[in-house]
Amino acid sequence: MADTSDIKKGFKMLLDGVPYAVVDHQFVKPGKGQAFIRTRIKNMMTGAVIDRTFKSGEKLEKADTEERTMQYLYPEGEARVFMDTQSYEQLSLSNEQLGDNVNYLLDGTEVDVMLFEGRPIDVTPPTFVELEVTETEPGFKGDTSSNTTKPATLETGLQVNVPLFVNAGDKLKIDTRTGEYVERVKG
Amino acid sequence: MSAPADPALLRTLETRAALLAAIRRFFAERDFIEVETPTVVPSPGLDPHLRAFEVRDPAGRSVGWLATSPEYQMKRLLCMGAKRVFQLCRSYRAEEYGRHHEREFTMLEWYRAPATSDDLIADTEALVAFAAKSLGKWTPELEPPWPRLSVDDALRAHADRTVDAVLVDEESFFRIWAEEVQPRLGADRPVVVTDWPRSMASLARIKPNGCADRFEAFFHGVELCNGFGELTDAVEQRRRFEHDRATRKAAGAPVYPIDERFIEGLQRGMPESAGNALGVDRLLMLLLGAESIQSTMAFPVERL
Repeated sequence: MADTSDIKKGFKMLLDGVPYAVVDHQFVKPGKGQAFIRTRIKNMMTGAVIDRTFKSGEKLEKADTEERTMQYLYPEGEARVFMDTQSYEQLSLSNEQLGDNVNYLLDGTEVDVMLFEGRPIDVTPPTFVELEVTETEPGFKGDTSSNTTKPATLETGLQVNVPLFVNAGDKLKIDTRTGEYVERVKG
Repeated sequence: MSAPADPALLRTLETRAALLAAIRRFFAERDFIEVETPTVVPSPGLDPHLRAFEVRDPAGRSVGWLATSPEYQMKRLLCMGAKRVFQLCRSYRAEEYGRHHEREFTMLEWYRAPATSDDLIADTEALVAFAAKSLGKWTPELEPPWPRLSVDDALRAHADRTVDAVLVDEESFFRIWAEEVQPRLGADRPVVVTDWPRSMASLARIKPNGCADRFEAFFHGVELCNGFGELTDAVEQRRRFEHDRATRKAAGAPVYPIDERFIEGLQRGMPESAGNALGVDRLLMLLLGAESIQSTMAFPVERL
């Protein structure tokens, strides 16, 4: 059993059966009074961030979570199948669970999968991925500096705004944290 | 082997030294004498939420505790006839860790006799102003006098509740205080919070209005000091100590002895007096606009 002295950034605890990760925390002790730990914690299932204050010394239940590196294999109905790169064990996550992250999955992409009580609850893709443009208006030759952009569709279905010089068939570097175009990759 | 150069830390340590020098100058100009009292004491303080480090001799026998504040011995000096005393010393508190807490920290305590808590609040305002000017950190919001508000005022203003409504049990009082009230105290300029519930009187006397004669100053949500119009009644003091010991026992907390020589001092006669304890690291942090007291120290636990 853990207690409030174990709280630090990233500490994972179980509250009412839901795993939370500590985002921020502060020890507070009003003069002559009871000490508390004020925390900001993130619901690992929904991503919602809430404030919660614990009495100093309060017992906490550690959340049984683990992060594993897995490789994306293929789609299967409304889900995607991944394989543990160490144990070769396979598991699937629904497209709904994956959310926007489905847009960054190519055959063989390595992702970090968060498991809670053995079940996958979240996926973190690489910070940058390289995706090919499948559809966009033809580029204007020589225009490499303009601030003007146009929409493009990438091989995973992701829509991004790209500079005018980008053509179908180009490979683009995408920041998965923002879903935005970073640069064209020399192919 | 030498650590990498850290000019920013060295500048902070110069400022710390200047603050300590300014504090000593402030009290010297007001005819206070600087005193030193022991670090290892027979009772580390009985406030129910304080936890002390026990000290053992080489044979493993307990010889006392590290003082959580020099309060009892400073007050014994008043009982011996001292009129104006101050001390800059390390104080030690177990199980306190955070941006505003460190297991050992620098405490400034001073006492005046005869005096009231109003005299000590005026000292506090003047001291902070003097220190800020000495360090070149003066800003107009430090100008005395600082706004005063009662605990009830503070709860009404920041939590929309009255002290009577909140004080159903102490835990809910402190939870609301910690979450809703204290973070908002002293947002623009330091404030002094007075009239604490009598159940939180600690070593303060009770005022004619029934509240504890206790005050705390806050700046940017940080508690800077805690002062009392001192309780001088030995019988009442022993009653409170016994009550604190019972509270500790019921909570499964360590039960420290009563400092009998302190009680004897009160029996012989303690003058009408007032005292204040101020966190020097926190004052330095606030004057520097730093994020933590650890950043004002050479070697906080995390870098020790």
